[in-house]
Amino acid sequence: MRHIISLLLENESGALSRVSGLFSARGYNLESVTVAPTNDRSLSRMTIVTSGTDEIVEQITKQLNKLVDVVRLSDLTESSHIERELLLIKVRAEGTGREEIRSLVDIFRGQIVDVTDKSYIIQLTGDGQKIDAFMNALGEHSILEVARSGSTGIARGERVLRY
Amino acid sequence: MELSGGEIVMEALRREGVEHIFGYPGGAALHIYDALYQQDAVEHILVRHEQGAVHAADGYARATGKPGVVLVTSGPGVTNCVTGIATANMDSIPMVVLSGQVATKAIGSDAFQECDAVGITRPCVKHNFLVDRIEDLADVMAKAFYVATSGRPGPVLVDIPKDITAPHIKVPFEYPEQIRMRSYNPTVKGHPGQIRKAVDLLLSAERPMIYSGGGVILGDASEELTALTRELGYPITNTLMGLGAYPATDEQFVGMLGMHGTYEANMGMHECDVLFAIGVRFDDRVTGELEHFCPHARIVHIDVDPASISKNVHVDVPIVGEVRHVLADMHKVVQASERRPDQQALETWWGQIRRWAATDCLAYDREADVIKPQYVIEKLYELTKDSETYVTSDVGQHQMFAAQFYKFDKPRRWINSGGLGTMGFGLPSAMGVKLAHPDATVVCVTGEASIQMCIQELSTMKQYDLPVVIVNLNNRYMGMVRQWQEFFYSKRYSHSYVDALPDFVALAESFGHRGVRVENKADVEGVLREALERRGEVTFLDFITDQTENVYPMIAAGKGHHEMHLSSDRELA
Repeated sequence: MRHIISLLLENESGALSRVSGLFSARGYNLESVTVAPTNDRSLSRMTIVTSGTDEIVEQITKQLNKLVDVVRLSDLTESSHIERELLLIKVRAEGTGREEIRSLVDIFRGQIVDVTDKSYIIQLTGDGQKIDAFMNALGEHSILEVARSGSTGIARGERVLRY
Repeated sequence: MELSGGEIVMEALRREGVEHIFGYPGGAALHIYDALYQQDAVEHILVRHEQGAVHAADGYARATGKPGVVLVTSGPGVTNCVTGIATANMDSIPMVVLSGQVATKAIGSDAFQECDAVGITRPCVKHNFLVDRIEDLADVMAKAFYVATSGRPGPVLVDIPKDITAPHIKVPFEYPEQIRMRSYNPTVKGHPGQIRKAVDLLLSAERPMIYSGGGVILGDASEELTALTRELGYPITNTLMGLGAYPATDEQFVGMLGMHGTYEANMGMHECDVLFAIGVRFDDRVTGELEHFCPHARIVHIDVDPASISKNVHVDVPIVGEVRHVLADMHKVVQASERRPDQQALETWWGQIRRWAATDCLAYDREADVIKPQYVIEKLYELTKDSETYVTSDVGQHQMFAAQFYKFDKPRRWINSGGLGTMGFGLPSAMGVKLAHPDATVVCVTGEASIQMCIQELSTMKQYDLPVVIVNLNNRYMGMVRQWQEFFYSKRYSHSYVDALPDFVALAESFGHRGVRVENKADVEGVLREALERRGEVTFLDFITDQTENVYPMIAAGKGHHEMHLSSDRELA
């Protein structure tokens, strides 16, 4: 099963490689990683998307907790949560295609953030499935370049991950 | 007080109570070596190869419980440490490795003797640090010792760029009295609810088995383990790393378990209904095929490391905490409980265990004319059992024979590389043990292949007068490799024969030691006795042993505890 694990870790050089090294050394699946400092500059928040059986995911969380740089950890998939990914995509936009793409962007509630006479850059946020669906709708032939951020997320309601 | 970086390192070591460090100087570490020269709280042992320094510090740590400390230079200095660090990491040995690094400004420029020490060691340390400001140095040193020695212990590397230790740059020195780290808080006490549950399950057992490991030794919990085991009256087995945690001569002890464990220990594991696992990690050499592991048992597991629990085998009652505290708390709950172990069931169970033990699974040909390796260990045990003796080993057949035939009654007396299985560990670790316990007898049980991997340390032993008795079981083969090739590769002995062996007697003598070659069985006891009695010098005993002896009993890879192989001419009924 797919899991989204959020970590607070010491904002120190090497912390990221400790986490990524753990995944490669133990053969865990790593779909995406996002990381940036939080409002507390001494802490970074990392969001990991991984998958595995319950036993494997339990080991992953235990092994992550064991890393000396990891301050707090939460498996977002254990409860209701919000997951978002940012897509920046450059597409071919010429002739009648321009109008078609614009209506597609509206349907998916994206934004066109850069325009030339031959192309658009579109910005879209959503969970991974929505982004996949949008890219499918655009069609392979019109996509010039894709930049996806990987998922980040936060638990709904009162549940807070902070130090 | 204003100190330079080099002085801060030395002062931190002094405050941590470090008396001995093992190391080898080089460019990036020279400022530290200069500070070392100008103090006398810490004695430095100059090894001949950095791997030897790490194994020596490791042996020192295993024999004392104090962290081993290593000081090396950048580049090859620290890469040579990697095998030793990985060895300590696998066996959770508290250790602090200090490595010089090129100057901060030169980092990343492929400078002379530069390597990414933190990157190279990251997967095989508990934690590591690169010090980038002299102001952080004292704090990092204190954190390194704290992390290395607390929770599940392990090696910590501190990489110190040369400019940080420069003698002319001094900063106010303040050493943290107490370390608090928001990201690191090991659990000490076990959860009372879990402890009650565990005791209930233990007291309901009809066929209980206690399986204890290196965690009991690392956690100094032998007394608590022994007291609780005796109170319960249950059979106990120890892992290779746990030997000595429970007295091997006690009647409740059923021997080591696992691949070369006793028949009674392994069958006890297979048939038990409640398994009490203490400070163990369900290693594959212990469990055999997981599918067949303890098929009837409900399992209680105590470990200080939550990640060890339910890693390989599902556990019914997990308890996270230091084994010493948890065992003591459990003992109190057992004593307060009105429930007692079911004596009738226990008697039946012990009857079964005695029948398994009657197989005499460690039997070997005692009448043989050649020197059997088992015979040497038996004699060694007889001659040293009444004195304060530490036995280190390398890796292979001799290690298994020592584990099977030497009856360790006390913790920290058996020192070997269990997890990583590092050949070359025995000699330098013996050196570290001897330094820690100069009045004790220290014996290194080794083989002619392993000993050559760190044999240069014979020179260090001469320099620092560290008289260890070396028992070389020389069968002119990498015995364990040969054994596997005999069993599983149709006797195709691919590169397991060690050709062109040195004359070990002459070699020992060239280092200034005493060497004795033993070819006759009748001489074994005499030469051992003489070597043990001559306390002032290293004796290298080169026993020419049976070339074809195998370690039995054995569970082949992929088999369960109940599928043991007794020997080439004995099968189980």
